[in-house]
Amino acid sequence: MSGEIAVIGVGMHPWGKWGRSFVDYGVAAAQEALADAGIPWRDVRFVSGAATMRCGYPGYVAGATFAQALGWQGAEVNTSYAACASGSQALAAARSKILAGQAEVALVIGADTTPKGFLAPAKGHRPDDPDWVRFRVGITNPTYFALYARRRMEIYGDTQDDFAAVKVKNAEHGFTNPKARYRKTFTAEDVAASAMVADPLRLMDICATSDGGAALIVCSLDYARRIGKANAPRIAAISTVTPTFASSVIEMPDLATDSAVVADAQSFRAALPMKAYEEAGIGPEDVSMAEVYDLSTALELDWMEDLRLCGRGEAAAMLREGATKIGGRLPVNPSGGLACFGEAVPAQALAQVCELTWQLRGQSGQRQVEGAKVGITANQGLFGHGSSVIVTR
Amino acid sequence: MSEAIKPVLDGWFTTGDKPHLLGSQCANCKTYYFPKLESFCRNPDCDSSQFAIVELSRTGTLWSFTNACYKPPEPYVAAEPFEPYAIAAVELAKEKMVVLGQVVTGVGVEQLKAGLKMELVVETVPDADDPAGKLVWKWKPMAGEAA
Repeated sequence: MSGEIAVIGVGMHPWGKWGRSFVDYGVAAAQEALADAGIPWRDVRFVSGAATMRCGYPGYVAGATFAQALGWQGAEVNTSYAACASGSQALAAARSKILAGQAEVALVIGADTTPKGFLAPAKGHRPDDPDWVRFRVGITNPTYFALYARRRMEIYGDTQDDFAAVKVKNAEHGFTNPKARYRKTFTAEDVAASAMVADPLRLMDICATSDGGAALIVCSLDYARRIGKANAPRIAAISTVTPTFASSVIEMPDLATDSAVVADAQSFRAALPMKAYEEAGIGPEDVSMAEVYDLSTALELDWMEDLRLCGRGEAAAMLREGATKIGGRLPVNPSGGLACFGEAVPAQALAQVCELTWQLRGQSGQRQVEGAKVGITANQGLFGHGSSVIVTR
Repeated sequence: MSEAIKPVLDGWFTTGDKPHLLGSQCANCKTYYFPKLESFCRNPDCDSSQFAIVELSRTGTLWSFTNACYKPPEPYVAAEPFEPYAIAAVELAKEKMVVLGQVVTGVGVEQLKAGLKMELVVETVPDADDPAGKLVWKWKPMAGEAA
């Protein structure tokens, strides 16, 4: 398809709590991606950074920060912020630049450092900020994940054991992933023994926060051919569509959904992949594997349904039959997902594309999905927006 | 409940025996908003900037629920020692929207089930600057409703 670009290099700094600057993580990921692509840094004409809001000036202008750290060489820069969808928006900017013929090769990069404990709002008395308001009345991030999880239990009959099975599966997947923070297998009993955070979700149902970095070298198909990488995996679609009013999913940091009195209630999670499938010219039946936003175990099940990998309410059954394990018919989170990585906000949407690239090249070692041809990602942002990327080979 | 105690957020809800959340309604397309919106209607087919402040339905059905087992960070102000509390997402039939809030003290997740009829109440919660505390809206299962 004419709208495609190639992924010729991927790199990741191992995730964890390393206590270093986000710039260090990003530079390490970028150098690995450049080495993987086998191209000189000076060939990169566009640097698209995903912003990290915790690190002051350098984080707000992440594209320029990384370009400076790697050595100014006259490339154009861009910085994107969209919470957990930041990486996809940075990738979308690079794709547009390449497809418009304004750059042949781009570096797309995101890295983060995270504080311990709950993510908290900016300081001060700010009742105009919905993020401040919801914390004032006691609504933290896990509240939202738990409301979705409990809703699954009430509507579809999912159980806490089903949620635990997602953790057990993802831990097995990430066990041999050298970039993952947690490389340890767990049993359902381990999950059940962990502390309750937001009923029905326990500590091990909710992903941790991590430091981490991920980078991609993307280019025009013409450039890929010229350097002998005509068969590199391709970005076939990127969807960053917003919901259509009225948004029916209660999302961080809002305290209420849109009112659906004059417009039908819509779900952004269902809308996102529709645009991606349409753009790639494929359907859910073509998908070999998915890397989805498992901020909580239960959220992975929601995303399987929103990506239409199964019918509404059928994700737990698919999980129970083993279909989403590596070796099953449609592995979900073969990397180990956020369960094994933890959240490094501007890096995670790019880390998913790194994983799909390794999988499509057959370089994933023990976590390899055999015969993988098409991978899809899903991410949530804030207020009910997100991103989805399709990578094909 | 003393009338001297101030609300945790000005203009977000009424107090008394039958409190209401204060929302707004677009004068043109009639869409409801909470918190109240008075700038520009978010319905993409409506360009109105005229809104009426309205009292939202003070009862609804429980859409989902959870609890907070750990003390939230600031600006939350917790009583010491911290007591976990339940949280409800309640669907308002007339407004066709879901609104979050804490569940009244003494009602935990084991007493909740999706579909329960819930009503809005106000309760006093600790405040960083006001020793008397502040009033906040909470959801309470209606009499005779129990999981």
